[in-house]
Amino acid sequence: MDFDDTPEEAAFRAEARAFLNASFPRKQRSGGAHRYGDTDAAEIARAKAWQAKKADAGFAGITWPKEWGGRGGTPMQQIIWNQEEAEYEVPHNVFLIGLGMCIPTMIAYARPEQLQRYVRPALRGEEIWCQLFSEPAGGSDVAGLRTRAEKRGDAWVINGQKIWTSGAHYSDYGLLLTRSDPTVQKHAGLTAFFIDMHAPGVEVRPIHQMSGASNFNEVFFTDLRVPDAQRLGAPGAGWKVAITTLMNERLAVGEIRRPDLQDLIELARSVELDGRPAIADPSVRERIADWHAKSQGLTYTRFRILTALSRGATPGPENSIAKVVNAAKLQEIASFGMDLLGMAGGVMDPELAPMHAMFQDALLSSPSHRIAGGTDEILRNIIAERVLGLPGDVRVDKDVAFNQLPGGSR
Amino acid sequence: MNFDFSDDSKLLREQAQRFLREQCTPKVVRHVLEGHAATSPELWRAMAEMGWLGAAIPERYDGAGLGYEALCVLAEEIGRVLAPVPFASTVYLAAEAILAAGSEAQKREYLPKIVRGELIATFALAEGAGEPREAAIRARLSDGRITGSKWPVPDGSIAQLAVVAARDSSGVSLALVDLTSSGVSRRALPMVDPSRDHAKIDFDNAPAVPLGASGQAWDIVRRLLDRAAILTAFEQVGAASASLEMATAYAKERFAFGRPIGSFQAIKHKLADVYVATELARSNAYYAAWALSTDAAELPLAAATARVSATDAFYLAAKENIQVHGGVGFTWDYDCHLFYRRAKLLALSLGSQRYWKDRVVAELETRNAA
Repeated sequence: MDFDDTPEEAAFRAEARAFLNASFPRKQRSGGAHRYGDTDAAEIARAKAWQAKKADAGFAGITWPKEWGGRGGTPMQQIIWNQEEAEYEVPHNVFLIGLGMCIPTMIAYARPEQLQRYVRPALRGEEIWCQLFSEPAGGSDVAGLRTRAEKRGDAWVINGQKIWTSGAHYSDYGLLLTRSDPTVQKHAGLTAFFIDMHAPGVEVRPIHQMSGASNFNEVFFTDLRVPDAQRLGAPGAGWKVAITTLMNERLAVGEIRRPDLQDLIELARSVELDGRPAIADPSVRERIADWHAKSQGLTYTRFRILTALSRGATPGPENSIAKVVNAAKLQEIASFGMDLLGMAGGVMDPELAPMHAMFQDALLSSPSHRIAGGTDEILRNIIAERVLGLPGDVRVDKDVAFNQLPGGSR
Repeated sequence: MNFDFSDDSKLLREQAQRFLREQCTPKVVRHVLEGHAATSPELWRAMAEMGWLGAAIPERYDGAGLGYEALCVLAEEIGRVLAPVPFASTVYLAAEAILAAGSEAQKREYLPKIVRGELIATFALAEGAGEPREAAIRARLSDGRITGSKWPVPDGSIAQLAVVAARDSSGVSLALVDLTSSGVSRRALPMVDPSRDHAKIDFDNAPAVPLGASGQAWDIVRRLLDRAAILTAFEQVGAASASLEMATAYAKERFAFGRPIGSFQAIKHKLADVYVATELARSNAYYAAWALSTDAAELPLAAATARVSATDAFYLAAKENIQVHGGVGFTWDYDCHLFYRRAKLLALSLGSQRYWKDRVVAELETRNAA
């Protein structure tokens, strides 16, 4: 066992670090505020500039083939880049969904001339993509969606509504999943498209989240006309297209979240409980030890996955472990950190609340992490069915036409 | 990055798995559990013949010198089948104590016998209720004689030799005591897991030979416990995996309400949680194995972390295995209780979660202060 880079990996890491050093300052761990906020126009402009610079230097689309402007590199190189980039004050990455999910789906299903048109601008950050799958009637049950697509001549007319669309308000294109035939079983009646988010008939309304920020949107379609040439896959074969996209989802998600255990330890050393530092309290020590064991367990599980990847394995559903553990841990640490402040725990004033109210902020944003990108419950189903091999649930919607299914009142 | 066991270790794992699947069946475990014997001498002899007892003992003491990575692999497989042998007490504790504190003559006298399976040895630390603490050692050592009471001592009624922690004029010291000598009386203790022998040993002026320097043993004891915690974590991970496999297999074949119970989300989510806990524990144990085999400075924190993680995982896996089985899981005939008993025994054997969680934070504080 060792934790060292191979000589090739070390050379790539040095190259990446030199490029980053020339572009941004390194992150100071305890400096500056950490807030879960909106992504404004200035931030998007910075993000676009950085993405272009990365692409020109060969650090965007590291695993992509060179013909699409990628580097033709290995998954290990992508991981090394991610590790290094996370150490610098880079702009918020607004391209994760587009480059991680939408464009790979395009590459699998779009026509060559369309790829010539869309792939490079996406990679250089000139155009941002979003994913339009979830609906008010279909979240975890994506295939329960109702947005209608009806063929009229050589175009399709789209009517309906999407929800929870990250970044729709600053996206240029979107990957859209629709119901083209409600008279057949629900998975069989879906068709996928890519659409222009600025076309008439598309209306984006930001969702005011419980955290106060607006990272997600509702998207409404009113007689949106989409040329048949923008269809991905055959009519009725949209579910297969969606699977291609969703397979990439849990790889695309994975940013570093604060407060982490180190933040909690810092807090527990600085506040007092009963006249001594909170970290001296046995009940506090017990919780810190639990989260340390979980954090380290995840770190080394990642090491095991990286070892498998560097030997050419494909990432499996084992990655669901990280999301299940991290999402719950973030919410618990936020809540426990506030408990350490006693009567003042609820104060959100960043001047008064320790560490710029990082714990209070996270309390209000963390519920989304247990839902977005696969709920805790769906992830447990994935582990149970795809890792442990337990049988699927009984499906009451299996052999029934979509328009015969009970819909419920919500 | 190469965070995996070597090909040699993997080969050893396969051999160990094959052997133990055939030779350490639940029937063998139950023979001891049900009181027909205090251990399985056949299994012990075979382990000695295959070189397992000396896996990490240097070749100059007749060991195989395979190193600690190999020992971790064996521990996982031994844990998986709940082997009813004095492996932990003899190999993780007594042999390690002699290696750490013994004179060259003592190493040459005892280690080859341990390797050959001729000497069962143990470590007598606990004196009743309590965590491992220097102040809790009350057994007295003076003029080559020891007096005091130790319980529970793992494999205490079958061991011939004990490393005993006792107090002399300069502090806590270690001594070797021949358990067959006069002045030693012992009785087997009924335990929550009877598949592993434990005893109460009373020393009344029993002859004792110093092991290591007088009065300076507590640091050695703590290091010994750290190292044993890593190896025990592998036993726990092996047994947690076995419990999860058992529960998963049952959930697939047992039908209720016209469908396999494993198709219900209540069962799926429970077993997914067990899987997650077991994989986190396995990863922490791997890291600790790296620390143990390279004698890294990170060993104390890695050991405590692996211990906390593995104890949680095995106990969770064992108790939910019973739950998934329902009523039959509570019967004597199903093997669920074997794992449940062992889970709690191992959770306490080197100190409870309270002790090890405190160790995790204490090590974190040391690291942050540095």
